[in-house]
Amino acid sequence: MEENNEGGNLAQVQHVVLILSGKGGVGKSTLTTELALALRHSGKKVGILDVDLCGPSIPRMLSVGKPEVHQCDLGWVPVYTDAQKSLALMSIGFLLEDPDEAVVWRGPKKTALIGQFVSDVAWGELDVLLVDTPPGTSDEHLAVLENLKKQHKVDGAILITTPQAVSTGDVRREITFCKKTGLRILGIVENMSGFVCPHCSECSNIFSKGGGEELAKLTGSVYLGSVPLDPLLTTSIEEGKDFIQTFPDSATFSAINSIAQTLLTSIQNP
Amino acid sequence: MADIPSDAPQHCPGTASEQAGKTSACQGCPNQNLCSSGATKAPDPAIEEIAEKMLTVKHKILVLSGKGGVGKSTFSAHLAHALASDATKEVALLDVDICGPSIPRIMGLEGEQVHQSGSGWSPVYVEDNLAVMSIGFLLSSPDDAVIWRGPKKNGMIKQFLRDVDWGELDYLIVDTPPGTSDEHLSIVQYLSSARIDGAVIITTPQEVSLQDVRKEIRFCQKVQLPIIGVVENMSGFVCPKCKNTSQIFPPTTGGAERMCEEMNLTLLGRVPLDPRIGKSCDEGKSFLTEVPDSPAAAAYHSIVQSIQAYCLSHVPREESAG
Repeated sequence: MEENNEGGNLAQVQHVVLILSGKGGVGKSTLTTELALALRHSGKKVGILDVDLCGPSIPRMLSVGKPEVHQCDLGWVPVYTDAQKSLALMSIGFLLEDPDEAVVWRGPKKTALIGQFVSDVAWGELDVLLVDTPPGTSDEHLAVLENLKKQHKVDGAILITTPQAVSTGDVRREITFCKKTGLRILGIVENMSGFVCPHCSECSNIFSKGGGEELAKLTGSVYLGSVPLDPLLTTSIEEGKDFIQTFPDSATFSAINSIAQTLLTSIQNP
Repeated sequence: MADIPSDAPQHCPGTASEQAGKTSACQGCPNQNLCSSGATKAPDPAIEEIAEKMLTVKHKILVLSGKGGVGKSTFSAHLAHALASDATKEVALLDVDICGPSIPRIMGLEGEQVHQSGSGWSPVYVEDNLAVMSIGFLLSSPDDAVIWRGPKKNGMIKQFLRDVDWGELDYLIVDTPPGTSDEHLSIVQYLSSARIDGAVIITTPQEVSLQDVRKEIRFCQKVQLPIIGVVENMSGFVCPKCKNTSQIFPPTTGGAERMCEEMNLTLLGRVPLDPRIGKSCDEGKSFLTEVPDSPAAAAYHSIVQSIQAYCLSHVPREESAG
């Protein structure tokens, strides 16, 4: 085995992007999954690191079930979603015996595990590593950033919001977190941006309208685009199906793909 | 802290022991850091101080979810409004989401500041009988981020419980952040000598939420926190134009109803998605007053009644075990 581990397990990872929000339930995990699938669809090798220790959602979204996680000389072997190893995943979800078991840990223990996750997963060669985070600006976020910075440059973060003020209010604080920690903001994505009724095509702004774009203007950030509320996407995510394979012609995929391509351009040409 | 906490592993040396936090049995115990710091050798005096403070609070309700963005703060705020609509009741809402304090905005109190007096911090009043406390009131700008690790967050929660001059209350509602971490452990720990009536668990219908919510339920069981019941939020959307219902967050595994059956819990009710709820929250108004005739408002009222009935029927004996 040739495994060249000079520089650590992130040495052959070209780009690292954090997916953040101040707010819970805006679609960080969903969009991390969809952006990963879109990047893979365009030929990239992608990894996802899920550091939401209390609510690890990604394993279900990628339908990987409860695989055993193996160790090799370099550390933990990530779980691959396909035989071609085009999409790799590491989540604490894999380490729990019982999927309903609560991870009731205080900050210091979470910090220690995240340190391990960042340095001890044998990612191998990746074009992009996406890091899905829980909501907030606390132990997990500080831990992942500190540990990533030790090993590798972090290209930056994408911030997810929904349109309403209750959401953008929290995301403003996350933007402050990014500025204070020197994390480049690659852009803001507005998720759940309107719902088109499948029966009559009337558009309803269930979670209000325009907040994402306003936030981008207010904070001088790039607006990457918006993704609509789509029951086909939420069902796909629930069932761990590849939305892009199933609905390649949907407006939702088009929106996600556009964001993925903008992101790629931005990290390849900093 | 109890000498052998309920979540301690087998062979726990006891929190007051010289070996507390240091033996091999302590590895993985949620209390390990606290024990090895020596803090558990003497009981945290704050716990008794808080119990003393809470003697004037008749009912304490925690609003929890494992999942973010399911409507905890929205629900907490409207529960508070509904309970306070009875002018004879004194109600307070405590927001312990330190990183993402939404309550000030939802209650129309953005920009308000907290005052200190001889008897402690004064909460901010929305109505004469409805008081609110949140870290949001201690921040000077909407851009201020609270980038604190666990121990500092815990200290703030202790202060909220011990140093706020709540006065006599019929109901104290505590809104929490998502997860099962410092804030949740702290709230339960600091209220351990005061009686919590129970927790209301909020979820949305889809499995992605339920899988986190089951963990929260397990947490409640671990710390012996009674569960009043579960609210399924964002339960269907009725198109205002054609009136057809869409399941935007589909209950692919049976929704909260099946989860409640499986876990022997009460389903308190289902609240449909209504764009006017989000709008009210953004504007700091009570949806129950703004759109009183909506199906969502009716659902809220029914749920609140069930919660009140629970609190009134589960009054403890005078000598509560605590």
